[in-house]
Amino acid sequence: MKKFDKDRLILGFAGPALALVVAFALSTLVLLISNRDPFELYRLLFEQVSYSDVQVLIINQAGTYYLAALAVAVGFRMNLFNIGVDGQYRLAAMVAALVGASVTLPGPLQIALIVIVAMLVGAFWAGIAGILKTTRGVSEVVATIMLNSISTSLIAWLILPTNFGDQAAGSNNLTTGEIPEAGWFPGLPLSPDAGEIYGFTFVAAGCGLVYWLVLNRTRFGFDLRATGASESAAQASGVDAKKMILTSMLISGAIAGLVGMPTLLGDTHTYSLDFPVGLGFTGITIALLGRNHPVGIALSALLIAFLDKASSPLDQFGFEKEIATIMQGLIVISVVVSYELVRRYGTRRQQQKVGEELAAGHALTTEKEAAL
Amino acid sequence: MKILYGMQKPDEGTIAVNGEQVSFSNPGDAIARGIGMVHQHFMLADNFTVLENVVLGGEKLHGIGSAARRKIEEISDAYGLGVRPDALVEDLGVADRQRVEILKVLYRGARILILDEPTAVLVPQEVDALFANLRELKAEGLTVIFISHKLGEVLSVADEITVIRRGTTVGTADPANTTTKQLAELMVGSELPSPETRESTVTDVPMLKVEGLSLGATDPDGVVREVLSGIGFTIHKGEVLGIAGVEGNGQTELIEALVGMRTPDGGVISLDGDDISRTPTRKRRESGIGYIPEDRHRHGVLLDAPLWENRILGHVTEKPNSRGFLLDPKAARADTERIVREYDVRTPGIEVTAASLSGGNQQKLIVGREMSHNPKLLIAAHPTRGVDVGAQAQIWDQIREARREGLAVLLISADLDELIGLSDTLRVMYRGQLVADADPATITPEELGSAMTGAAAGHLEAAPEDEA
Repeated sequence: MKKFDKDRLILGFAGPALALVVAFALSTLVLLISNRDPFELYRLLFEQVSYSDVQVLIINQAGTYYLAALAVAVGFRMNLFNIGVDGQYRLAAMVAALVGASVTLPGPLQIALIVIVAMLVGAFWAGIAGILKTTRGVSEVVATIMLNSISTSLIAWLILPTNFGDQAAGSNNLTTGEIPEAGWFPGLPLSPDAGEIYGFTFVAAGCGLVYWLVLNRTRFGFDLRATGASESAAQASGVDAKKMILTSMLISGAIAGLVGMPTLLGDTHTYSLDFPVGLGFTGITIALLGRNHPVGIALSALLIAFLDKASSPLDQFGFEKEIATIMQGLIVISVVVSYELVRRYGTRRQQQKVGEELAAGHALTTEKEAAL
Repeated sequence: MKILYGMQKPDEGTIAVNGEQVSFSNPGDAIARGIGMVHQHFMLADNFTVLENVVLGGEKLHGIGSAARRKIEEISDAYGLGVRPDALVEDLGVADRQRVEILKVLYRGARILILDEPTAVLVPQEVDALFANLRELKAEGLTVIFISHKLGEVLSVADEITVIRRGTTVGTADPANTTTKQLAELMVGSELPSPETRESTVTDVPMLKVEGLSLGATDPDGVVREVLSGIGFTIHKGEVLGIAGVEGNGQTELIEALVGMRTPDGGVISLDGDDISRTPTRKRRESGIGYIPEDRHRHGVLLDAPLWENRILGHVTEKPNSRGFLLDPKAARADTERIVREYDVRTPGIEVTAASLSGGNQQKLIVGREMSHNPKLLIAAHPTRGVDVGAQAQIWDQIREARREGLAVLLISADLDELIGLSDTLRVMYRGQLVADADPATITPEELGSAMTGAAAGHLEAAPEDEA
C-alpha cells in the first residue's frame, strides 16, 4: 500500500513544517512589536552560517544536543518523561572526569574507561528514579527533577578542593584536574581558523543509528514501543512493565551519561564550574521537535544549535541575542500544538480513506470472496 | 451513528431533525438538537455519585444542587428508571449504570435517543427491564434508535428496522411480519450462522487444570475483597468450557490470573501437566496460551500501530515475527497478509493503523493472530462482541475447527446463545465463585440467566455429572 506510506511521510513532515512556519510568523510578530527589523535579523543569522568557524561550532553543539535528545527520546518512546537528563549528564561528566584525571591508561582504553564510567553514572542516577517508580510508584517526572537538584549540590560538594577538586593558583574556577592526553578524543580538523569537529560527534551519530536499530529491529525495541503505545496491551502481550520501566530508565540514563563527553573529551578535558549546563532541557525540546525519530532529532539538533550559535554575535548589530531563546520557546509551543493537530487530522483522514477504499471494494481479496 | 451524534462529519448527504435540515460539527450541536447517545462503553466517573455524574458537563441546566436533584428524580419517576441520585456509581451494577447513562441523556433534554449495543452487557432479565424502560420512553413521545447485533431483541423492541451492512442501507423491515431468519439473511447477505456444535470432541486428556485459585483485590477505600475464591476446573483437549456470569463477577480477574497479568494469592494453574502458577505472561503465551481479550483496545491491539505490528504483538518471540533477538518485519508482514486473507479482515492493506479498522475487523485480526501460533489453550473472552453476524459465524467456525484438532477453550461471554451453543461444559460464575454448572444441551438462556444473578446454585437441573 504505497499510497498510505506516502501519506504518512507527508503527514510526518507536515507537523514540523507547520510548527516552523507558525514559530517563524510568531517570531516576526514579536520582533515587529518590539520595533526590530525582523528581516535584518534573519539576514544576520543566515550570514553567520556562511562562516566556517560558526559551522563547526554548530555541528559540535548539535552533536551534544543530539545525545541529550536521544536520551530523552528513549524515555518518550515508552511514555517515560526523563527530565533528569540534565542532572545525569553533569554528574556523569564530573565523575568520569575525576576518574579520567586520576588514571593513566593507553589511549583508547583511557577513553573507553571514561566513557563507560560516564554511562554507568548516568544510568545509576536515572536508575534511582526507575527504582522509585517501580517499587514505590513515584512519578519519574518528580523524581528526576529532584535528582537534578541533588546532583547540582552533589557536584558542588565533590568539586570542593577539600574533596576531589583542584583550584588553580590565581583562579576562582574549580576543576577536577586535567585528563592526560591519552584520554583526549581526536577531532577532525577542518582548517586552521575553523577549528575541529569533535570526534565524539561521530559517536553521537552512531548512537542515533543504534537507537533506530534497537527500537525498530529488535524484540526488545518492539516491547519498548508497545509499552509506550499501550501499557495494558503490552502487559497482556507478555511485557514485564516494571522491568521495562527500569530498563528504559537505565538506557536513557546511560545515553545521558554520554552528553558531556563531546565537550569533556574533545575540548575542556576537565570538569570545571563553567562546564555547560542545561543541555538536558534543550534535549527535551529537540526530542519533541524531532518526533523521537533519529533523523528528525538530528535535524532539530542542527536547527537549535544554529539558533544558539548564530545568535551570539547579534549584540554587535543592535539585536539582543536572547531573541534566539524567544524563538526556541516559540518553536516548542508551536510544535506541541501543530503535532497534535496533524495527528488528529491524520487519524481522521486514514479512517475515512479506509472506509472509502472498502466501500469501493478495494479490500485485499479474501479467500471467501475469491471462492465466490 | 458517530455522524448523527456530531462526532464525525459526513462527506455528503443531509440529516433532518423534525423536518429541519441540520449539520452537526460536534456532540454539543447534536445535544442542542435533542439528540443524545448512550455509548456501548459507559462514560461515567466511578468515584462520583449518580447526581454528580448526571450534572457533569451540564452544570448550566439546573445547577448542581437541589434543583438538579429534583429534576433527576422527576425524570427517573416519569420513565420508571428507578435511579438513586446519591448512590456512588462504582457501587452500581451494569444495568443501573446504563439507566444512569440514559438519564444523563434525558437530563440534557434529548428527544431522540441513540443506544449503541445496549444489551451486550445485560442478562436476559435486565434486558427485559431495559425494554420496559424503552417502551415507557416511546410512550412519552421520544424517539429511540436501537443499534444491536442481536436480532431477537431488535424484533421485539423495534417499530421499524433498518439493516446496514458495510456502510450502506441494505433494507428495511417491519418487525411484525419478519422472522429472525429473514433479518439475519438481510444482514449477512447469505447463509445463516449458528453457534451450534453438537458432535463432541472432548477427550480425557486434561489441558488446563485450575485448583483452589483465589485472589484478593484492594478497593479504592482500602478494603480487601476476595474477587476469586476456590476456583477449580479442568479443561480437556478438544473441550470448550463456557463460563457464564454477569460482568464484574470475577471473570476478568480469572482471565488475568490465567494469562499471568495478576498474581493469585493461592491455587495451582497447570497447563498440559506443567505448573505455570508462577510463570511470567510471556512464557505462558509461548507455551501455548492464545488470548482473545475482552477489551481489545486495552489488551488486544496497539491502535496507532500498523496491522503488521499488531500481528507481532503478544508473539514477538515467536516465528515468523522474529529470529533470535531481531525482528523479522518482512516475514511478519507476509504473515499478516495471510491472516488478512484467511480470516477475512476487511482492510485496504496491512500498513493502515488498527484504529482505522472497525471493531469486528480488529477482532478478526486478533483471532487470526492467536490461532496462528497453534495454541494448546485458547482463552476467549467475548470473542464475538461488537462483531457483525457474518464475522461472528466465522469466528465460531474457527473455534470449532481448532477444537476438533484438540484445542482446549475457555470461553467467557455475555452472549448466552453463544455460550450454550459452543460450550461442551458450562459453569456459572457469581461473586468470584463458580456456583453452578449446567449441561449446554439441555439448559435454556433464561435458566442460565437466573443462575447468573445468584438465584440458583449447584447443578442446574439433572445435568450429567462433569468433572469437578
